[in-house]
Amino acid sequence: MSMNWNRKDLLGLRELSADEINFILETADAFKQVGTREVKKVPALRGKTLINFFVEPSTRTRTSFELAAHRLSADVINISATTSSLTKGETLKDTARNLEALHADILVLRHSSAGAPQFLAERLKSSVINAGDGAHEHPTQGLLDIFTIREKRGKIDNLHIVIVGDILFSRVARSNIFGLTKLGARVTLVGPSTLVPREFEKLGVTVSNQIDKVLPDADVVNLLRIQHERQRKEYFPGIGEYTTLFGLTKQRAKSLKPDCLVMHPGPINRGVEIDSEVADGLQSVILDQVTNGLAVRMAVLYLCGGIAT
Amino acid sequence: MSATVIRNGRIIDPANKRDRVGDLYIADGKIVASKSEIRNQKSEIDEIDAKGLIVAPGLIDIHVHLREPGFGHKETIESGARAAAAGGFTTIVCMPNTSPAADSPATIAWIKDRAKETACVNVLPTGAISKNIAGEELALIGSLGQAGVVAITDDGHCIQNHELMRRAMEYARMVGLPVLDHCQDYDLVGNGVVNEGYWSTLLGLPGWPAAGEEAIVMRNILLAELCDHHIHCQHVSAAGSVRLIREARARGVKVSGEVCPHHIALTDEAIQNFDTNYKMNPPLRSKAHVDSILEGIADGTLSILCSDHAPHAGFEKEVEFDQAPFGIVGLETELGIFIDQLVHKHHKIDIVRLIEMYTVEPAKLLKLDAGTLSVGTPADVTLIDPNLEWTVWVDQFQSSSRNSPFDGWKLKGRAVRTIVAGKTVWKL
Repeated sequence: MSMNWNRKDLLGLRELSADEINFILETADAFKQVGTREVKKVPALRGKTLINFFVEPSTRTRTSFELAAHRLSADVINISATTSSLTKGETLKDTARNLEALHADILVLRHSSAGAPQFLAERLKSSVINAGDGAHEHPTQGLLDIFTIREKRGKIDNLHIVIVGDILFSRVARSNIFGLTKLGARVTLVGPSTLVPREFEKLGVTVSNQIDKVLPDADVVNLLRIQHERQRKEYFPGIGEYTTLFGLTKQRAKSLKPDCLVMHPGPINRGVEIDSEVADGLQSVILDQVTNGLAVRMAVLYLCGGIAT
Repeated sequence: MSATVIRNGRIIDPANKRDRVGDLYIADGKIVASKSEIRNQKSEIDEIDAKGLIVAPGLIDIHVHLREPGFGHKETIESGARAAAAGGFTTIVCMPNTSPAADSPATIAWIKDRAKETACVNVLPTGAISKNIAGEELALIGSLGQAGVVAITDDGHCIQNHELMRRAMEYARMVGLPVLDHCQDYDLVGNGVVNEGYWSTLLGLPGWPAAGEEAIVMRNILLAELCDHHIHCQHVSAAGSVRLIREARARGVKVSGEVCPHHIALTDEAIQNFDTNYKMNPPLRSKAHVDSILEGIADGTLSILCSDHAPHAGFEKEVEFDQAPFGIVGLETELGIFIDQLVHKHHKIDIVRLIEMYTVEPAKLLKLDAGTLSVGTPADVTLIDPNLEWTVWVDQFQSSSRNSPFDGWKLKGRAVRTIVAGKTVWKL
């Protein structure tokens, strides 16, 4: 497929067309090949500077972006909230403009506020890549999930994807919903009614509170982390009850189709949303997701970084 | 001695059931009955040609944040009053969430002094219901009354303790002060920043459910009955609030509600680009809510129009959406938006009722000697061209702040001259 990429920023999957998503995936295919070579580095972004600006803590995503940038030969600087001037009261806009004044070409932003990457993208000439904004979007996670499904199942169209857990506060869920539905998948959201409001049905998905009815028909089960450190207690009565009602236990996993994929964006809580044996089982592609994340992020940095002036 | 004749305007004076073309006479800052009462007729009579214009009692906005004392970088009493004049307002009622909060007679005295020195329109302060607007103990409501507040409110905040609110109502009744309330249940609203619904779900922004307003409107209705005292619900945004107020008023409960222009001109769809000029409290709601608000205006359930003029500096608004302060400026756009939307576009009310909602209704609520063209009252007059087409440009605002979502909007209808006590304080 040939198409021209003309976005300097990647803010979310909602704004992308199916063609654009497929183009990123195909670009990622090529970069995945690079990862199998003895020399894993290409000169695509040589001379460009990438700043990993993580206002909210992250290990996996930051490391993945950092490694992706290194493999593209970009220069990388990491800044976290605690080491930035945000703690001194500087506004996000001022911090970012200072970074741009240092001629940063690409800014990878993780932020607790929905819309923060768009806010910066509208104000900066640099590329802005959303590495997760509040409960809004986490587009590279959505892309790597889709990439992994497509790699294992050969397609996305007509697959039944079940996303389980804390949907309300999940940017991963939203990026998956936007991306998967554009590519023709059927998406079912499962979780307690407090964390999966019916309002989500207006996004073109099905909402269910009964995991046992949904699992036998699933082609993919994507389990989201139950973020109990952040949950206000009124959303569900306890972790034990959550596991009883919604956990992917060994027993429940037996009802899955043999070729159903088990996914998780990590970090996993073993024994809470997923039993340890299931996380490590044959149907689990959790570590493939991590590997594919690198290829997807290389593709995104390559495409957007090539547009930024 | 000064005298003015406003000639050939359509004089709309709802308090006196007057709507006819004629001349209005002003002498020594007051409305007079006829030309013969203008002494010194020889040389000093100002003639204003009002042909094709509406001559209305000076408009009143009962919900304005003037930001002084404490936040002069957003607005001052002087600049806010200029913005009011440019919007057609001769009287504005300012909210007490200043720094310090207007919870003491000393602060009220300071505001009144400052207004006297610098403001070109009448500025009437409100006082806080609770000390420091903290919702914990009653402010000096009696002393605030003596200092000249026209009402009490904790606007921007809402007293969550129903017992405290009950005692505030009872006490205010004794003092003769109406109570205005910003209706927000803190538990239901949580950290919500936008209407809970489709767009909050899509964008992952914390939702502010309509029930968070409706629960407090219901509480207020119960307390108005219990205490036999008037409570006025500020900036009503939710369909359920309209229903509750409608039902209560039909039973004779002393409750009323006001509407801001953004809650009828915009829906929560506008937040999708995370532009903080669409962030206000209560938030923009869905079309179903907007339709209910329009019906509430049409049937008289919601009886007062106002702006909730909430200036913020550019650097304060230009931040992450959930971290930006709530509120938009409104004094210089509200009349245009309401005429355009309510009279021209949706045909919900006529211009006479619109003027009534900006004059007689607020004057009645706050017991003000304003809002009429009765002989002997201060000559506060607004000249309105209901058909003038104009474009909003925030750069031309008199306000110190620019935080408006209406920049570039084309509107039909606006004030063209504002007269306070017989003196023109602004004209187009």
